[in-house]
Amino acid sequence: MTVTIYIPGDSGALALGAEKVARAVAGEIQGRGLDARIVRNGSRGLYWLEPMVEVETETGRVAYGPVKASDVVALFDAGLASGGSHPLSLGNPEDIPFLKRQTRLTFARCGVVAPLSLNDYQSHGGLAGLRKAVGMTPADVVQTVTESGLRGRGGAGFPTGIKWKTVLDTAADRKYIVCNADEGDSATFADRMIMEGDPFVLIEGMTIAGLATGATKGFVYIRSEYPHAIAVMTAAVDIARKAGILGTTVLGSPNAFDIEIRSGAGAYVCGEETSLLNSLEGKRGVVRAKPPLPAIQGLFGKPTVINNVISLASVPVILDKGPEHYKDFGMGRSRGTIPVQIAGNVKHGGLFEAAFGMTLGELVDDIGGGTATGRPVKAVQVGGPLGAYFPRELFDTPFDYEAFAGKDGLIGHAGITVFDDSADMLKQARFAMEFCAIESCGKCTPCRIGSTRGVETLDKLAAGIEPDKQIALVTDLCNTMKYGSLCALGGFTPYPVMSALTHFPQDFAPKPMQEAAE
Amino acid sequence: MQHAGTDIADRATVIVNDLMGLEGPLLPILHGIQHEFGYVPSETLPVIAEALNLSNAEVHGVVTFYHDYRNHPAGRHVLKICQAEACQSMGSDHVAAKIKQLLGIGFHETTRDGAVTLEPVYCLGLCACAPAAMLDGVPIGRLDDEALEEISAAVRL
Repeated sequence: MTVTIYIPGDSGALALGAEKVARAVAGEIQGRGLDARIVRNGSRGLYWLEPMVEVETETGRVAYGPVKASDVVALFDAGLASGGSHPLSLGNPEDIPFLKRQTRLTFARCGVVAPLSLNDYQSHGGLAGLRKAVGMTPADVVQTVTESGLRGRGGAGFPTGIKWKTVLDTAADRKYIVCNADEGDSATFADRMIMEGDPFVLIEGMTIAGLATGATKGFVYIRSEYPHAIAVMTAAVDIARKAGILGTTVLGSPNAFDIEIRSGAGAYVCGEETSLLNSLEGKRGVVRAKPPLPAIQGLFGKPTVINNVISLASVPVILDKGPEHYKDFGMGRSRGTIPVQIAGNVKHGGLFEAAFGMTLGELVDDIGGGTATGRPVKAVQVGGPLGAYFPRELFDTPFDYEAFAGKDGLIGHAGITVFDDSADMLKQARFAMEFCAIESCGKCTPCRIGSTRGVETLDKLAAGIEPDKQIALVTDLCNTMKYGSLCALGGFTPYPVMSALTHFPQDFAPKPMQEAAE
Repeated sequence: MQHAGTDIADRATVIVNDLMGLEGPLLPILHGIQHEFGYVPSETLPVIAEALNLSNAEVHGVVTFYHDYRNHPAGRHVLKICQAEACQSMGSDHVAAKIKQLLGIGFHETTRDGAVTLEPVYCLGLCACAPAAMLDGVPIGRLDDEALEEISAAVRL
């Protein structure tokens, strides 16, 4: 029997040497005359163990990691092809606590299957949701998504079903599904992982959205920093089209739906939905004022569903297993699961999909295992560059949209960046303003000018020039940006700045006083 | 012999004709132009504007909005160093300083021998493998001084 050896082709695994490992494994297979094949799967998201090599044995999968190309000969000597024991053995990957403790609904197949194999996809439950949707009325599909309680995973947390209903109820000769894959927030890589590791789930989710709203065309707008995701998605769309999943008759039904992959061009602000629509139309990625909502006048002025990758990729399992199954996970108004991305200075970094409700402390200390450097955790930033910095005192905050808002923070796209005690929070606050200045689209004044004034003010503070005045000024400036900006870039930059200032005032104190205190 | 400008315009016309049937074709066209020439030559702007019924200023406005489009050729290699928060937490400041010193250039600059262009990037989605970089589209994680020295030597070959 041919042995299957899995070596991730995920960008994260590639960044850690998976390509060299794959070449070495191929060499050993050939050199030893083994009957084995290599499958380049996605990543399971246990990045401290990547590249994680898995082999299919009679008793299930056996994993090894982190594997270096120089380990490969010894691994084969130890009998890797039959799951032999080696110091890098991890046993059954599903039993690794980091994986075992997860509830993988959206990421069920990621890292398990060959990303571009439709057979693998279907034998692991793929297309079951779309098959159900094909037999339902659009209103019923929308109702199912509404009942699941799914909220936008891009960051805003707006109920997905309500957005879809608006598009369904708006009459037009043409409607669009736009997938926002402009995942620019630092600490987030869930979109990238799913596009590289299970692209058909996104295609299936978008197609269901098309059936539900009467849209016949979908676009996936992927940031140019993700060349591998672009390549996998492009290939997957082609395969889906040839298999009759996309095209004029979706799965043989009278419904048409097709998808086009588009590449961004390096503008962070294009992750904002209206700016993304302008970019797709071939314009400067400038934010639009709302109303009109994109659901009523979106791409090319037509009703448009614009959803994040994870929102759309969660739809197939909701249709397949029913809204109750999904809704039963979670807490309060945050239903279902959320793929939390644990990143930065952390021992066990990776993707952890779980029901809402876990505390920040559990995620950072327990799951993440504390810092990679072994120093104490000073702060964690949740929700990317526009998210707040949380001190250890707030680690009892549960992962829930409302709970985070109640602590002047946000979940955003669910990325957590861990910082150890060497972090300088004044520097982090300054970076937030600097980043806003670099990426501002320039349309509204609070964001365009406020960010630059913010950098200058924080520089004066760092230089010890009239510190009280600067703190009052930056606080006032943040208030103006928060309430006066058109979109979340200018509007949320105050979160990291003010949280740093509020929770870590010692880092903002004039230097001589700091020294005196020490 | 043909004038260089005519040659550029001709090559641009082929790309424009190929892509102008798309919905919202301007970004795909600009990506195509940059792929062909390594940058977006100013000679191509009137060609695009004419085909899409836009003004030169509109096309110029779009080109200059996006960080990806260059107005002059890059080096033979392009090295992007992530400077976003997750990489900051793992010492991306040191990585940036070290690679600048090794290559003798700053961000947005190209070495004099045309070997490499150095750029900052704000997130490569490699946040659990920080600090990270991308060399000609190939991701590199957990950068340390040794890796940076290897990169610096490799791009000069």
